[in-house]
Amino acid sequence: MATLSNPESTEDRPAILDKVNPAPWHEAPLVLNNRSFNWVTEKICGIVESKTPTWWWWCFITAMIIASFTGIGLVYLVSTGVGVWGNNNPVNWGWAIVNFVFWIGIGHAGTLISAILCLLKQKWRTSINRGSEAMTVFAVMCAGIFPLFHVGRVWFAWWLFPLPNANAIWPNFRSPLEWDVFAVSTYFTVSILFWYMGMIPDLAVLRDRAKETWRKYFYGFLAMGWRNANNHWRNFEMAYLLLAGLSTPLVLSVHTIVSFDFAVANLPGWHTTIFPPYFVAGAIFSGFGMVLTLLLPLRAVFGLHDLITQTHIDNMCKITLATGSIVGYAYSMEFFIAWYGANSYEGFAFINRAFGNYWWSYWIMVSCNVICPQLFWFKKIRENTPLVWIISIFVNVGMWFERFVIANTTLSRDFLPSSWGYYSPTVVDIFTFFGTFGFFSVLFLLFLRFLPLMPLAEVKSVMPQADPHGGKH
Amino acid sequence: MAENINNLAMTTKTMDIKYGISATFSSAKDIFDAAGKIREEGYKKWECYTPIPVHGLDDQMGVGRSKVPCFTLLGGVTGFLTGMLLVWFMNAYDYPLIVGGKPYFSPIYPFPVFYELTILFAAFGTLFGMFFLNRLPQHNHAVFEHPNFGKTGDDKFMVVVEIEDPKFDDEDTPVFLKSLGGKSITTIKESIV
Repeated sequence: MATLSNPESTEDRPAILDKVNPAPWHEAPLVLNNRSFNWVTEKICGIVESKTPTWWWWCFITAMIIASFTGIGLVYLVSTGVGVWGNNNPVNWGWAIVNFVFWIGIGHAGTLISAILCLLKQKWRTSINRGSEAMTVFAVMCAGIFPLFHVGRVWFAWWLFPLPNANAIWPNFRSPLEWDVFAVSTYFTVSILFWYMGMIPDLAVLRDRAKETWRKYFYGFLAMGWRNANNHWRNFEMAYLLLAGLSTPLVLSVHTIVSFDFAVANLPGWHTTIFPPYFVAGAIFSGFGMVLTLLLPLRAVFGLHDLITQTHIDNMCKITLATGSIVGYAYSMEFFIAWYGANSYEGFAFINRAFGNYWWSYWIMVSCNVICPQLFWFKKIRENTPLVWIISIFVNVGMWFERFVIANTTLSRDFLPSSWGYYSPTVVDIFTFFGTFGFFSVLFLLFLRFLPLMPLAEVKSVMPQADPHGGKH
Repeated sequence: MAENINNLAMTTKTMDIKYGISATFSSAKDIFDAAGKIREEGYKKWECYTPIPVHGLDDQMGVGRSKVPCFTLLGGVTGFLTGMLLVWFMNAYDYPLIVGGKPYFSPIYPFPVFYELTILFAAFGTLFGMFFLNRLPQHNHAVFEHPNFGKTGDDKFMVVVEIEDPKFDDEDTPVFLKSLGGKSITTIKESIV
């Protein structure tokens, strides 16, 4: 395709091209206003190096107060028993599994941006990947809380790990819940490794700019002595590519295995092969919702309009639209298969989902996940940043309800009507979940304050100055 | 930390050992062209310091492909075998568990465990392989003594020819670097207490 990249050269140019007169390919600039490398360095390092803004303290204190709800909720749970949650027969999973899947799913967009979009050479990912990866790590931390405390006697949680328990019995590897332990802990560890490795060159920049002693030691320790040498970059780039290659099957496997928690059980509404792809698409959908929720305010507060451009927002909206449509397709396909499969239990489970005891949650889910993102077809809406932000909140809400619908409609209507029930969360459930947003915010605010929000080298690499051929290929 | 060493140098008897000569370039294109010429000139021990990984600079410098994938593969294979050994030992050998009429050990049912451990160990192999090949952590290095080293993380591109290079010459090398368009030619000295 040499002719397309170099329109001047006439050799090997198919004659048809003269007739059709192809339009030149214009790639939108990823950094606006012809900024210099130095501007990028000052902008990103400035966020960390400037005096702590007052708004940061207000947000931090508020987040701490909210986070304390989780702390108090968990202390109460441990000291009393897991019965303080609303879980009871027949709904024994309740909000714990809903919150777990919700937070894990949110993490997936970060890995999608950092790994899959890296493999697909999507250059626009550079300015949003660091923040999204941070979101992944913190979201997985929030997710881990729920299964950890749902085991009831949390001091025996180590039984989940391959360690012999008091009776010298090892974990049962035939259980999807045990696979989940491996999937989630691997996901958490690899996400941290990827996040940290990508940050090393930026930490070195902060180290070299540091004036205060604590900064020199803090960033110096974390930067590991990185010195921007080509030899370092060569191994770094290879390692980055490999970690992207490893994280891609990892992220797809994590939500697949999370969906096995449901799909491997012989229950109507759960026992379907569509679950793994449907869960992965939903996870990416919810994650992009959260990325938009987080980055749009940051863009306004820190004045990052030249780095997170309308092109970035457009692309994120389009991915949200695409994954939202996949999720919508999956919802309808589940109904089709329930009818086509001619299994009366399966059929009942789905009629019950839409029109039964939890009909309201089903329709909240459909309006937020299927109808709402369809607005992103319109350019006017994608360009209306406050509206995009509001839609992103709806996506978050919708995806929480999706997990609620899946877990609760099936469990609350057991095979025998004598075992039917109606699950409601207790105030402890609500407070514990509410608090995780504070916990997440505390971690994210600390990240903003101490670590580089964007990968400097990667952002600079997609600027025209980075081209060693001076724009000529 | 560089400052601490300098302060120390002032108060105690020190010896300055020459490490090399640096030249600064202001764009990726300049260092890309210069690197090719330095390689053609036959220099062996020299390095480029750049704020970004410059595309194609490896070939210009004549350095080969990174060896990190070997460590990734090693990690991945170790992870897979660890997973298999773990499940076999725990569920089939040390304490055979009968669950759901399934075999004590099979490569099928615990596959997610092998899969995750493959990725986990491969990721550690990749990160530590990168550290090992880059000889990190190494918190002191002569180039940190360069007064404007920090700019190589910002927007300057720097070439350093080491004194160890067989072709290094106190007079010719700076002239050569200047002829390539290199600015602010500096001698980098390492202080040894």
